[in-house]
Amino acid sequence: MTRLIGLDALWLSLAVSLFGVLLVPAAIIRRRPEWLAWTRSAVYTNFALLTLAAGAMVYGLVAHDFSISYVAQVGSRATPLLFTVISLWGALEGSILFWAWVLAFYAAAVLWVNRDREGTLVPYASAVILAVAVFFGILLVGPANPFHLVSPVPPDGPGPNPLLQNHILMAVHPPLLYLGYVGLTVPFAFAVAAMLNGEVLQDHWVVLARRWTLVAWALLSAAIIAGMWWSYEVLGWGGYWAWDPVENASFMPWLTATAYLHSVMVQERRGLLRLWTLNLVVATFVLTILGTFLTRSGIVSSVHAFTQGTIGWYFLAFIGVVLVAALVLVAGNSDRLKSEGQLGGVISRDTVFLLNNLLLTAFTFTVLVGTLFPLVAEAARGVKVSVGEPFFNRMTLPICVALLFLMGVGPALPWRGVSNDEARSRLLPPAVGAALALVIALMSGVRMPYALLAWVSAGYAIAAVLREYQRGVGGRMRARGERWLVALVRLVRGNRRRYGGFLSHIGVFVVALAIATSSALRREHEQTLRPGESMSLAGFEIRLDKVSGREEPQRAVIGAAVTILRGGAVLRRMEPRMNFYPTQQSPVPTPDVRSTPAGDLYLTLMAFRPDGTTATIKAIHEPLVPWIWIGGMIVILGALVALWPTPARATEAAA
Amino acid sequence: MTASTTARTRRRRGAGIAIAVLVAAFAWMVFGGLDKNVVFFLTPAELAAKGNDGYEVPVRLGGQVKPGTIKWDDRTRDLRFAVTDGSGEILVHSTGAPPQMFRDGMGVVVEGKYGRDGVFRSSSLMVKHSNEYRAPKAGERPQDMYKTLMQGGKT
Repeated sequence: MTRLIGLDALWLSLAVSLFGVLLVPAAIIRRRPEWLAWTRSAVYTNFALLTLAAGAMVYGLVAHDFSISYVAQVGSRATPLLFTVISLWGALEGSILFWAWVLAFYAAAVLWVNRDREGTLVPYASAVILAVAVFFGILLVGPANPFHLVSPVPPDGPGPNPLLQNHILMAVHPPLLYLGYVGLTVPFAFAVAAMLNGEVLQDHWVVLARRWTLVAWALLSAAIIAGMWWSYEVLGWGGYWAWDPVENASFMPWLTATAYLHSVMVQERRGLLRLWTLNLVVATFVLTILGTFLTRSGIVSSVHAFTQGTIGWYFLAFIGVVLVAALVLVAGNSDRLKSEGQLGGVISRDTVFLLNNLLLTAFTFTVLVGTLFPLVAEAARGVKVSVGEPFFNRMTLPICVALLFLMGVGPALPWRGVSNDEARSRLLPPAVGAALALVIALMSGVRMPYALLAWVSAGYAIAAVLREYQRGVGGRMRARGERWLVALVRLVRGNRRRYGGFLSHIGVFVVALAIATSSALRREHEQTLRPGESMSLAGFEIRLDKVSGREEPQRAVIGAAVTILRGGAVLRRMEPRMNFYPTQQSPVPTPDVRSTPAGDLYLTLMAFRPDGTTATIKAIHEPLVPWIWIGGMIVILGALVALWPTPARATEAAA
Repeated sequence: MTASTTARTRRRRGAGIAIAVLVAAFAWMVFGGLDKNVVFFLTPAELAAKGNDGYEVPVRLGGQVKPGTIKWDDRTRDLRFAVTDGSGEILVHSTGAPPQMFRDGMGVVVEGKYGRDGVFRSSSLMVKHSNEYRAPKAGERPQDMYKTLMQGGKT
């Protein structure tokens, strides 16, 4: 019953989306613009139907209805309720269903937010989103159908992949990722709509697309940080980024979306880079589909790519269609998209933004090449190769340092350019911050060249950004006699986009410094201990007390009870564990992390004797790691500040 | 065409050439970097067949642990075993405790370099586990394997 409701809802949703898309050319050819109202109904109906389908799946999971193929694949009676619900996105079919639902949600939200807007832009954009929905609808009734009938009905299932039920962050990271990823369809839809109806030179679509991009970008940023955190807390190697293809898949659209958020400012302020900006929007969308292809087709085997299937060709075909359609549209509009003016002088914010965009594009290109090369090599020459971390680090670390430095130069310079004297007076003072940062880094023991460069660049940029705040606040305090806090709040309120953006930059500096420092000063030690013995690392004494096990409903747990001491005083007790899931031959390591603002002590149980007489413990000391997560939150906070609707803008939008 | 537009076109063309040069240089760097950092994934037979080219370059070696070859020294922390693909086999030396449940016949991937002394020095050892569901056999359940530990009860 549940299965049939879900399946019918999927078929109906596909029909409704297709209808909504086809209405647009019909309305144009037959000159019946009033038909576009039906596209609107199609969007809302599609959202309702997919909500029904996703709801049916969640109900099936919770009710352990093993006649549904997806439930039989990922469900298990022993799995706790929370992990049962979130296994909706634990494997291929469910995650495509979730993706389609998020897409339907965005389509409805875009229509709802812009319900009072006249013209064809919003209906066209909704139709573009529906066209993407048609693709996912085909997947859902075809190769990724989650509602197949299983007969005879099995009494129980294997449960979700153990890696996915080992940590609470798995309830957070995937939804954020999908919301961010799928949200990047919206700016693409607006761009295509504007190219279709000839409004590409007007700025409505730019403003609409920019705000939705910022929403999606903030969600994607949060998802990437949550994914790093998950990898750190769960995988047991004490790292948070490995240039794994699946990490790269989430990172590439983030890079191009970041480039877009900057180039669109040049477009709005200076009327330049229109064609470039449009291409970035298209590239970002294509990269999200490529990312889904990489992660969901099983083409790369990595920790995330736990699904195998035949839907890869569907994705490749869709990517091809999108690329061709977008190229035709962009080429058809390129005459109109000639830039109006010229870039400012060499020392200007224009130049900095241009460099920022070149660097971000080069960054994306590097990651793309490194990610796709093994696939191409295997397909073309039949050799299995992998592109290791050294490639990515060597190619991207210089880009990262340059970007950090530019983040200090950009805010300090005005648009169009300045005289050399003026430039000196703006660019020299933040060098004090760079010097200070260098001293701090050297005193903390950082010696790795790139880590030092990161400190110097970020120090410069932090000083430059703080100086911008200080100039604004100081100006208000002098001109209007406000106290500094009042002046700060009013300053930010007066230009949320600018000061929210700066706040995001500060978050990026925090993340960059934390990554640079934690990788430069990482210390690790592995030792086999008997109960009562201890080892030492970075001033901590790590004593093994006991190895013991316990049974939990869905797994068996072996833990090493460890006491951490410093100078003979007990700091705390920790328990790195190994979780044994009945479906997996190898145990899942479950590290225990002691976090302080100064850094983390990270313990992993590597091995133990079955009789409990020894345990091998790996201890890692990583300074500043918690600041990666904190910095990530600052980035998102900055985006929220920029997005918060001002009363003036709210009335303008309603008018 | 006025003088200023000619200057502008010339400037544009200059910028275009500069960008093309930059892009070409960057692409050259990326592909050059790839060349040096690609790690081949090989089986023991494939690595042996490479002859001289196979020595002292980073390689990922994949295969099964040959039954009866695992030697683990608790004191020196040396782990030695042979990786086989059925036709060839290569001795592997790594440092550090073997992963829990490391055993004969298990799929492994070791990353490291093959020395001219015929020993593969591994810097990282990954156990390849299949994700296919398979009911545990009697005695394979951790509750049975670590019975004495389980009696330690809840901590």
